[in-house]
Amino acid sequence: MSWHVEVDEHTCIGSGMCAALMPEVFVLDGAVAQAVVSEVDGDETVLDAADSCPAMAITVTDGGREIGPRP
Amino acid sequence: MTVTHTEPLSYPFNEEAGLDLNDAYAAAREAEGMVRVKMTYGEPAWLATRYADARLVLGDRRFSRAMEKEKDAPRRSPVQREGGILQMDPPDHTRLRTLVAKAFTMRRVELLRPRVVSLATGLIADMKAAGPPADLVDLYALPIPVAVICELLGVPVADRPKFRVWSDAALSTSGLTPEEFERNREELRDYMRGLIAEHRARPQDDLMTALIEARDTRDRLTELELVDLCVGILVAGHETTASQIPNFVYALLDQPGQWERLCADPDLIPAAVEELLRFVPLGAGAGFARYATEDVEVGGVLVRAGEPVLVAVGAANRDRLQFDDADQLRFDRGDQHHLGFGHGVHHCLGAPLARLELQEALRALVTELPGLHLAGDIVWKTQMLVRGPRSMPIGW
Repeated sequence: MSWHVEVDEHTCIGSGMCAALMPEVFVLDGAVAQAVVSEVDGDETVLDAADSCPAMAITVTDGGREIGPRP
Repeated sequence: MTVTHTEPLSYPFNEEAGLDLNDAYAAAREAEGMVRVKMTYGEPAWLATRYADARLVLGDRRFSRAMEKEKDAPRRSPVQREGGILQMDPPDHTRLRTLVAKAFTMRRVELLRPRVVSLATGLIADMKAAGPPADLVDLYALPIPVAVICELLGVPVADRPKFRVWSDAALSTSGLTPEEFERNREELRDYMRGLIAEHRARPQDDLMTALIEARDTRDRLTELELVDLCVGILVAGHETTASQIPNFVYALLDQPGQWERLCADPDLIPAAVEELLRFVPLGAGAGFARYATEDVEVGGVLVRAGEPVLVAVGAANRDRLQFDDADQLRFDRGDQHHLGFGHGVHHCLGAPLARLELQEALRALVTELPGLHLAGDIVWKTQMLVRGPRSMPIGW
């Protein structure tokens, strides 16, 4: 199971939440965060990161279906 | 690498009255390495004052908040308090944070804007009807965030006088004895337990009901975590914003021409709020020490595993390596990522709500009371975690 992760650079406010939570997936070098890998093995922490983002800037999809942030 | 052999400096640096940033911060920021500081109680700590160092310590998971539970943490009061969600690391922290994060996203919070506008304009109409002078804190700055967080969480706003006392004590740094501190905390918990029982019996469309559901049907948190999370949201949900509204007005009046600029061009308000969040050092000093879980180099110092670092956000927000004219209040900076809401996993949960409340509180004041001026002496809070006026008489 491989999920696709994206950070919307226009929405991101650089809170550092995702990068602190999952540095293996997200980095915050400059003003906004980036996903350093676009595919992750199904790991619930990436859904937690999407849920926790104050800007709702992280999207997780599974085969095109949006699964994070969770409703 | 710098090795420091000198005695730790006495901390916090800032005066409690006023909003000045003590000169000792600039000295620490310019010095090599990091300075050592000692608070009244607890072990000495490193003090991070530069923007890059602050962001590293706040955002790197090699630093822990939970570790302080087994340490003699640097603090201003004799009691080493339990910090709830503020004293947790992932994954425990994430488990609780994700339960409440949804209620505070920008999208959800934006829906509250009309309510905040109507609260603000209603309170100003009341002040105008009663005539000057008016206490900006009691008649405006407190009622707005209190009403909003009460409605969002599901706490009767009429109970404000009750939880005001408990909330003050919870944030107090004064010498409460361990027994007094314990008694206060249990009273506040009992109050919240009563409200939770009422919500269990009669579910509402509010955050408390959603959290009860997360506990009762999904077993996502313990009963004590549920109680403490509700208490934390209630206290943190109003005290900081209630302090920053008068702080921002004070800072704007203090800087020649800035209040008038906002009155002439209220479209500047979102930029002004961001700049004021950067510019106003809310705390008398840094708290919430971060403990290194392994050796980490910070600002030219090797912080050893098990050592605490205090992060002086107010000083980092005035670092001229990050902000041009860092000591000037400027509304044209663009987005420069101040640390007013912290950074990393503990980045302020309520930041979007606080932004909205501060924007609308300021907008209503510059629109309705452009002639606002101080009409007496400000009484400043003392011995609290956050600085700000306890009362601020204004005329218009």
